[in-house]
Amino acid sequence: MTTPLAMRVAAHQARIYTRFWRSSVFAYVLSPVLFLAAIGIGLGDMINKNNATVGGFEYLVFVAPGLMAAAAMQGAAADSLWPIMAGTKWIRVFHAMVATPIRPRDVYDGTVLSTTARAGAGATVFLLVATAFGAVPSAWGVLAIPGAALCAGAFAAPLTAFAATQETDLSFPVIMRLGILPLFLVSGTFFPISQLPDWIQPLAWLSPLWHGVVLCRDATTGTLEPGNALVHVAALVACIAAGRALGVRAFTKRLAQ
Amino acid sequence: MPVACTFVTTAPPLIVARGLEKRFGASVAVDGIDVHVEAGEAFGFLGPNGAGKTSTMRMIGCVSPRSGGELSVLGFDPATDGPQIRARLGVVPQEDTLDLELTVRENVLIYGRYFDLPRAAIRTRADELLEFVQLTDRSNDRVDNLSGGMKRRLTIARALVNRPDLVLLDEPTTGLDPQARHLVWDRLYRLKRQGATLVLTTHYMDEAEQLCDRLVIMDAGRIVAEGSPRQLIEKHATREVVELRFRSESVQHAALPRLHAIGARIEELADRVLLYTNTGEADVERLQADGLETETLLIRRASLEDVFLTLTGRTLEE
Amino acid sequence: MSFLFVHVVERNFMAYRRMWLVFLSGFVEPVLFLLSIGVGVGKLVGSVTVPGVGAIPYDMFVAPALLATSAMNGSVFDTTFNFFFKYKYAKSFDAMLATPLGTTDVALGEMGWALLRGTIYAAAFLATMLVFGLVESWWAILAIPASMLIGFAFAGAGMAATTWMRSFVDFDYVNIVLVPMFLFSATFFPLSRYPEALQWVVRVTPLYQGVAIERSLVLGDLHWTLLLNVAYLVVMGLVGVRVAGKRLTKLLTP
Repeated sequence: MTTPLAMRVAAHQARIYTRFWRSSVFAYVLSPVLFLAAIGIGLGDMINKNNATVGGFEYLVFVAPGLMAAAAMQGAAADSLWPIMAGTKWIRVFHAMVATPIRPRDVYDGTVLSTTARAGAGATVFLLVATAFGAVPSAWGVLAIPGAALCAGAFAAPLTAFAATQETDLSFPVIMRLGILPLFLVSGTFFPISQLPDWIQPLAWLSPLWHGVVLCRDATTGTLEPGNALVHVAALVACIAAGRALGVRAFTKRLAQ
Repeated sequence: MPVACTFVTTAPPLIVARGLEKRFGASVAVDGIDVHVEAGEAFGFLGPNGAGKTSTMRMIGCVSPRSGGELSVLGFDPATDGPQIRARLGVVPQEDTLDLELTVRENVLIYGRYFDLPRAAIRTRADELLEFVQLTDRSNDRVDNLSGGMKRRLTIARALVNRPDLVLLDEPTTGLDPQARHLVWDRLYRLKRQGATLVLTTHYMDEAEQLCDRLVIMDAGRIVAEGSPRQLIEKHATREVVELRFRSESVQHAALPRLHAIGARIEELADRVLLYTNTGEADVERLQADGLETETLLIRRASLEDVFLTLTGRTLEE
Repeated sequence: MSFLFVHVVERNFMAYRRMWLVFLSGFVEPVLFLLSIGVGVGKLVGSVTVPGVGAIPYDMFVAPALLATSAMNGSVFDTTFNFFFKYKYAKSFDAMLATPLGTTDVALGEMGWALLRGTIYAAAFLATMLVFGLVESWWAILAIPASMLIGFAFAGAGMAATTWMRSFVDFDYVNIVLVPMFLFSATFFPLSRYPEALQWVVRVTPLYQGVAIERSLVLGDLHWTLLLNVAYLVVMGLVGVRVAGKRLTKLLTP
């Protein structure tokens, strides 16, 4: 049996990333753990002093799954911008790949797959740390791992497609600062979206991160409801599907030259 | 068009080096060289990679302190007067150092500002220079999108923004395709005709022959010969060279005694034998009359390549 | 010393004219943290007691710390990532050194640009704080020069550190230093909430000096210990500049 072509690309990406594991560990594990300690515990203690709970939970329990989904998004976003530019332009490995039986769509699929897998692996480690901090009350929390991976995919799929259409990396920091960072801060990660002004709340529903955060939070707190979960999963899958349609087209156009 | 640099009539040498040395730790890059360059001449350092040409150029360009010996550029000492000297130099480095975040024209504009020239003057000068290097229609393009030859020409334009008294070019056409090389040579030739003083390094003997009035041949950090291309060929090579290729090594081996008997000198290379002589035509007739079997046979004029081979026993491109 | 370094600042100005969105986006970051953590999470926290001032709303507590953080982030970004790109890949400094500019001009010019940019961000953020009603004292006007001082200290350190970087992979270390400092310099919760031993660790970190200065100025609670914080940052910047200058001369003009 032969390995599917997209898997060959994913395997290649995985090998490259063994050289850059440090930045992955930082983005997916270390950074959210530091936020968990500072905001979840440090600031959380001040909230506990007020006897305040958030959505019925202690603040640490509330914020942990939010940080988990947000880290998956941020890591996946960064991994779907600069490394893609390296593949299409700076080092041109993608061009080398399509000189073999591998097709542009396989390159796209493999790249998104490996980004998602990395995010999933990072989320697993974070979940273990968060559990040790006492931030994961339910055993259903294990389902937060696919939740975070799905959230990562929802960003990796469209951003990988976008990056393949770019000639320079000028827009990338703008995307990270004006696109990704605002989502990080207002998608129910640090406080419930019910606190946002009424007119902004519907906008939060459009944020893939919000769906990811709610999925993860319902899992770690053991409050998953099949109907709700299905809606959130569907929203994230829709992002992935739309991103893939664009991505296959963008990669085919870019790598056919 | 007045892109020419300052005209100097009766002036002291622009560069004087005596026993100039450059060492990096234990390794010696430049091993005591004597050089003088007069105003208005095109002077070359010819030699293979690693001969110490770039180290020499960097010392002259005041971006690398010398390890020993004496050096004066434009009458100043690079060790103490670097900024004053650099204000009057135009440098075309081996590796492109164009500003990728700026456009073609902006590259010339900001470079002029580094020389503290007034903005209005630079604007006029930039248009003049872009015209000179035939990049006017690319003025507002990103540097990234230029071809290698265009980048080189832009680097040359940039180096002229301050009307330098001395232009330093380190391997000006390395890495360019033949057509792009000729375009660069053409521009440099014009500069030369306008009276600019050019100092260049190269490992291409045709480049040295085309552009240099006078040159030194460098090998392993030392100067092994000096003169005009013509003088060097006359002194270190014969008038003509016969290049012979043989069907097999054994045929070549068998032919060697007869070649030795005829030529002033012979040189065995990997794929051919060079026969140095002043009477190529007659020698070939004699060899053919003797029944010498060659695969190909070519008579040509001796070049700087032959001079280098004679002096060092190696080829330039090795 | 020459004033040629101004032309290095001019070069960056020229480049950023086309990257104005990148420039503007730098201002958004602290504002977003102010809105989300300061205002959003702040509702859950209520008020914070600051010794010498009393109980103040949480957003008022966080805002000056974000001002200090943005000064740090801005100047570190310019003197590490951007500086490294110019030094290693674009070879911009080699081009500059072929002109009358020297390594000192290059270092001062890049730092000057980082400070100029940081000052603009600081002024804009301070104005935002004013609009939100988070400024308590006229001393706050000194928060802008204080931001420049923080920027200077971190620019010096960043530039010096960058001279030891080998490739972009090494820049992970920059984040590994910056993020913990951002989170644990009495930024989001007061020093008294840390365990005793950790309080001393926090007190000697560089960002804490900046946070302490900005918070005192904005809340109008001045104290002689501020001089120590200022001296710390001055020394850090000067040492950084000196080390960076020496290393650059060695690397660029071997």
